[in-house]
Amino acid sequence: MGAIIKVEDLSKQYRLGQVSTGTISHDINRWWHKVRSKEDPYLKIGETNDRTSTGNSEYVWALKDINFEVQQGEVLGIIGRNGAGKSTLLKILSRTTAPTTGSIKIKGRVASLLEVGTGFHPELSGRENIFLNGAILGMTKKEIARNFDEIVAFAGVERYIDTPVKRYSSGMYVRLAFAVAAHLEPDILIVDEVLAVGDAEFQKKCIGKMKDVSDKDGRTVLFVSHNMGAVKSLCTRAVSLKHGSIDFAGTVADTISAYMQSNNDLSLHTNLEELTDRAGNQKVVFSTLHLENENNQQVDKILTGSNVKLVFRLKVNDPSVRQIDLGFSFHNVYDDIQSYLYSSFQKFEIIPDRSHYITVHCTLENFPFSEGRLFIKGRMLADGYECDWPKDVLGIIDVEYGDFYKTGTVISNIAPFLINGKWALAN
Amino acid sequence: MNNNKTTVETWDIEIKPQSSLFDLSLKEVWRYKDLMLLFVKRDFAAQFKQTILGPVWHLVQPILTTIMFLFVFHTVAGIDTDKIEPILFYMSGITIWNYFSSCLTNTSNTFVANASIFGKVYFPRLILPLSVVLSNIARLGIQFGLLLACMIFYALFKNTPIHFGISWLLIPLLVVIMAGIGLGLGIIISSLTTKYRDFTVLVTFGVQLLMYATPVAYPLSFLKSKSYASFIEWNPISPLVEGFRYALFQKGNFDFNSLIYSFLFMVVVMVTGTMIFSKVEKTFMDTV
Repeated sequence: MGAIIKVEDLSKQYRLGQVSTGTISHDINRWWHKVRSKEDPYLKIGETNDRTSTGNSEYVWALKDINFEVQQGEVLGIIGRNGAGKSTLLKILSRTTAPTTGSIKIKGRVASLLEVGTGFHPELSGRENIFLNGAILGMTKKEIARNFDEIVAFAGVERYIDTPVKRYSSGMYVRLAFAVAAHLEPDILIVDEVLAVGDAEFQKKCIGKMKDVSDKDGRTVLFVSHNMGAVKSLCTRAVSLKHGSIDFAGTVADTISAYMQSNNDLSLHTNLEELTDRAGNQKVVFSTLHLENENNQQVDKILTGSNVKLVFRLKVNDPSVRQIDLGFSFHNVYDDIQSYLYSSFQKFEIIPDRSHYITVHCTLENFPFSEGRLFIKGRMLADGYECDWPKDVLGIIDVEYGDFYKTGTVISNIAPFLINGKWALAN
Repeated sequence: MNNNKTTVETWDIEIKPQSSLFDLSLKEVWRYKDLMLLFVKRDFAAQFKQTILGPVWHLVQPILTTIMFLFVFHTVAGIDTDKIEPILFYMSGITIWNYFSSCLTNTSNTFVANASIFGKVYFPRLILPLSVVLSNIARLGIQFGLLLACMIFYALFKNTPIHFGISWLLIPLLVVIMAGIGLGLGIIISSLTTKYRDFTVLVTFGVQLLMYATPVAYPLSFLKSKSYASFIEWNPISPLVEGFRYALFQKGNFDFNSLIYSFLFMVVVMVTGTMIFSKVEKTFMDTV
């Protein structure tokens, strides 16, 4: 067996800002150093890949000294935040760009799926596009012809196979594109978050197909995703990237929890206004979040069955906002959503007064989650429009065994949350 | 420590920052030949979807240009056409020139036009310019058919018989050299445009200007004794256009040495082109 992919000291440097300004002078300088057989002057400078801090250098290392091996038949998950270097690594692996230093050695045929439907031509029919797309992905005409019926059946587009794909619904388009990709027969399959598209049923089908590829055919899969659930169910091993370097590598469970911890080591009092990766119009934003117990004391550990108060402090940037809908969700260490709640669900109206900051309390009675760590994420609407949706975690709740049933019975964390029944003997 | 491994591991693919200048794997290009043909088919099929006339449009351009040339160069300027029927003279020039100019302009934007595909999946990048050259052959075939139809018309009704001869065998060779020069120049320009878009602007009118520096609308013999004749003769496309006419009509002057010059020029351009192309294709996604 042995390694089928070997990544050695891989680094990739990018130039920031306007690409064309000053490129000639840098090119000439580079060439002049090369002629005198000196080191490239621009390779020395360069900072780590941290998008939140402003650097001084024009050059940045998107990847720095990456080393790992992948064994035959393994499904390796690659996780990391936006900008951690996942895509750059994929680009180099799929040979759409070359590394700055280091090397990758690969055994066998590689097919990369950084996008579904690469090269689809809207004017061509489904049939023509299957052949074109298949060939782009590295199949020969014969291989495609052999799998043709299966591809069409998998995509479920038999009726429309001779219609130009521009008339397809977006769902059909994606299904057809993925069907082609799913029938590739490479030794190594590289998949980016293409599973994020399509309906839930189709996603399941895709995950099933990818599992088949690795289980039955013994092929190697590299899977890059934000979807911790998909990584958990598909992968046999995982690597977590942070700022262009490997942060953690190991079993899927260990890597995911390391990823969640390392990206969320903010204490509960940090200023949430500083989070940069957030969607929405920012009319109202999350400022701070902390937890309080029944006695209004600030805590970060709570007991199952206790009452916990979530204290949100919001910053109102636009005083014209008349009504806010605040929502939050709980996630487990795999980033799977456990529960969520919006103030609007309970017809509670948050109407800001004229002040710059407002504080909203939400008390959860008889906290049902059993022992473990929960991550809180949040999203807000101002007058019906999304105003803030930080992609990062807002806070952490560490839940410990507690007296949920108020009977002195403490049960362990077999199930993620507990329920309270009203029992009766009927006769 | 691990240096004394008994077996040397063999790897199929090695991804490294730089490669030698001649890292051209023609074997790989051959493996992707199906893709090349599918690109040709795509170009041809997609071009005329939802048109009524379809490929007939390929005939409109040479007919209108011939009429224009007939008016401007023959009627107004009174340039003589080497004792060839003026219409056939212009049409033959336009047919072969069109092939060259479309090879050049369509390959010169390879990287920029296909960045979305290149950024997502790997295949030998050379496949795309090669497919352009091939799909232009189809167009050349249609336009050549038109030329033949005109020649037959003239033979039947205007008493200008067609001379089929050994010289017709020259035509494929001329087309190959033409394609080679177009492809070579095209990929050099496409490699440069990834960083500096200035060349795109240059190509669009450069090709147009080059046509006037090539004996398309006038015979080379017209320039005899003119001071700038040598300039036109140095143009490596000139012998090809002249040779094409000579092959068809056995008229005009054609000299084998100038064809060798064109051939050598093609070799130089192709070698330089593939060298630059294979260097640029590795990282162009970062600068395009």
